[in-house]
Amino acid sequence: MSNRRTVFCNARLIDPATGLDAKGGLLVENGKIADAGPRLFGDVDRADPEVIDCKGLVLAPGLIDMRVFTGEPGSEHRETLESASLAAAAGGVTTIVVMPNTDPVIDEPSLVDFIRRRAQATACVRVAPMAALTRHLAGEMMTEVGLLMEAGAVAFTDGDRTIANTRVLRRALAYASTFGALVVGHAEDPGLADGAAMTEGEYAMRLGIPAAPTAAETMIVERDIRLVELTGARYHFGQISCRASLENVAAAKQRGLPITCGVAAHHLALNELDVGPYYTFMKVKPPLRSETDRAAMVDGVASGLIDVIVSSHDPQAADTKRQPFSQAAFGAVGLETLLPVALGVHHNGSADLLHVLKALTAAPAKILGLNAGTLAKGAPADLVLIDPGAPYVLDPDKLHSRARNTPFEGRRFQGLAMKTFVGGECVFDREAGQ
Amino acid sequence: MSPAAAATPILKASHLLGIEGLSVGEITALLDLGDEYVALGRAKEKKSPLLKGRTVINLFFEASTRTQSSFELAGKRLGADVMNMSVRTSSVSKGETLIDTATTLNAMRPDILIVRHQDSGAAEMLARKLDCCVVNAGDGSHEHPTQALLDALTIRRRRRSFEELTVAICGDVAHSRVARSNIHLLSKMGARVRLVAPRTLLPADAARFGVEIFTDMREGLKGVDIVMMLRLQTERMTGAFIPSMREYFRFWGLDREKLAYAKPGALVMHPGPMNRGVEIDSAVADDIEVSLIHEQVEMGVAIRMAVLDALSRGLAQQGRNTP
Repeated sequence: MSNRRTVFCNARLIDPATGLDAKGGLLVENGKIADAGPRLFGDVDRADPEVIDCKGLVLAPGLIDMRVFTGEPGSEHRETLESASLAAAAGGVTTIVVMPNTDPVIDEPSLVDFIRRRAQATACVRVAPMAALTRHLAGEMMTEVGLLMEAGAVAFTDGDRTIANTRVLRRALAYASTFGALVVGHAEDPGLADGAAMTEGEYAMRLGIPAAPTAAETMIVERDIRLVELTGARYHFGQISCRASLENVAAAKQRGLPITCGVAAHHLALNELDVGPYYTFMKVKPPLRSETDRAAMVDGVASGLIDVIVSSHDPQAADTKRQPFSQAAFGAVGLETLLPVALGVHHNGSADLLHVLKALTAAPAKILGLNAGTLAKGAPADLVLIDPGAPYVLDPDKLHSRARNTPFEGRRFQGLAMKTFVGGECVFDREAGQ
Repeated sequence: MSPAAAATPILKASHLLGIEGLSVGEITALLDLGDEYVALGRAKEKKSPLLKGRTVINLFFEASTRTQSSFELAGKRLGADVMNMSVRTSSVSKGETLIDTATTLNAMRPDILIVRHQDSGAAEMLARKLDCCVVNAGDGSHEHPTQALLDALTIRRRRRSFEELTVAICGDVAHSRVARSNIHLLSKMGARVRLVAPRTLLPADAARFGVEIFTDMREGLKGVDIVMMLRLQTERMTGAFIPSMREYFRFWGLDREKLAYAKPGALVMHPGPMNRGVEIDSAVADDIEVSLIHEQVEMGVAIRMAVLDALSRGLAQQGRNTP
């Protein structure tokens, strides 16, 4: 942590936690935000080494990505906590929430501890581990929720696996609710989704690719809402991707159930047609949906029914993607495109900037109970300086992630993270070419 | 006054199937009688001829050492002929139904049948079919009335009255017949009852018992007079209702640190057999200043003598084989 002062002047401060969007300055002391506001540092000496002239760019809380898969431990060739953190920093993400789907699975307090120690030693952004909800992600025996929370697990999930046995899930939810723990679910009916690589519909039919209907997602959403109603557990759908699911979540929220949901950035920007000629980097889990569903997801972010936007960052080695479509691995890297894709929702007029940033900062912080995602006094100085208008074309070779499986190769974006700070320390500076 | 001399009727029913159907008067009378049998049990001559000539059958479909021997000793101290039948030696293992087994035994003309069964309602069914007195020694997850009575006797001898008492029942309430019987009895007698357990071990509608529910043990023990621990059925719990023994002990195991939240001088009970290091720490279980666990066993024999006495008075009233 920095024990010096840093002054940010001439910034457009956006704090989604309070709704602030105004010109102003921000003071960092000892790694924490000491003050922030419209009236600060109007006439500061910009040549002072302690002063960062934001030149009117957006200064916001660093992003929190609630859904990041890495390969550490077990598949370090895909991604380590260190390489994921470099990608995060370049994407303006200051907290990555890592999934327990590793080898070994993070289902033991000692393994949560391992992740935290590894992160402290190697990662340049904050790493918050989720622990498995069932042992070995097998969907049979619940994990030690209480001990795992004490070890530092921020939530409980089987990652990209759906627990098929409703009795197991009910008990796991009831047990988690004992501790007020957050459970993060994945909604894909294992039976229907087994072997499917696309969304059932005309395009999958023409390509001849095995497909699952969106109902595979929606029926699990419906099921899990019922179980939340029974157990009172705090529940978050890691990602939803179709309109019918959103309608169910909306109704559940209307009834006052403790339910929230996320959407992956690629489900806001891409649809099933982007699979094109069997482009395996477009193979994600759940699969890309119809244009109607994609548009519904954008509307969901705009209306606030979708609480958070995640990258669902899932690095895959080239050999597992260089396969026939139905055999290729699922997943796309996304830490470095999370912000530009989300900004697209703002640029196309669907939602204002404050609202989009909320889904990347204050909303995930609140769901996870993290002391982050805000410009409040005393909060850690996790910050991102954003040029919301900067145009660029995505070059996969310039990604910081160890994997290159981005579905956005060659895509034109508008908006970039220019500088990223964690605890007041600069961990990424685009102009310095870090 | 010797117990045998007090031949006034105590129970309205001719069976003891549960606490739920008993009145405060019946419970009080049983506890009073229990006190007298405690005195008898502590005398050199521990036997009474009250049930001389009577036949008591212990029919246990579930393994039990302490309840079965407690009933056996109670019957023998009252002079009855006691026969023990456990499931392994009975023809149930050869496919006979519960009713067939019981009617066969009934034909041997026992006076009192003591039955333990893994299914809730088994004692009730036998009571309807047989013409002897039936004592429920534990049916499934329903009731275990003599356990609640012995617990009540233990408490009353230490605390005189149930009014003003707060009792925390901790552990696997969902599957516990001991918990259900104790909830009924303690509530009837005016005590305040709290249940302390993880959500998976609490029945969904537990609050309908008129009790307070706690999932945090420290909160639940704050200011209580009595801590009643339940046995965790470790063999069928792990992974399904709780993740591990170590996590259970960490959050719901009774140790000195958690017990410190209870009222100073609070007492600890356990129906046995204990899982040390799972639901209770040895330091607490073995502390004679707070643990009533051995006293409960003594009260068990006395209260079962009281129950057999009370039921035999009914037999005498019906004019059946009046001694």
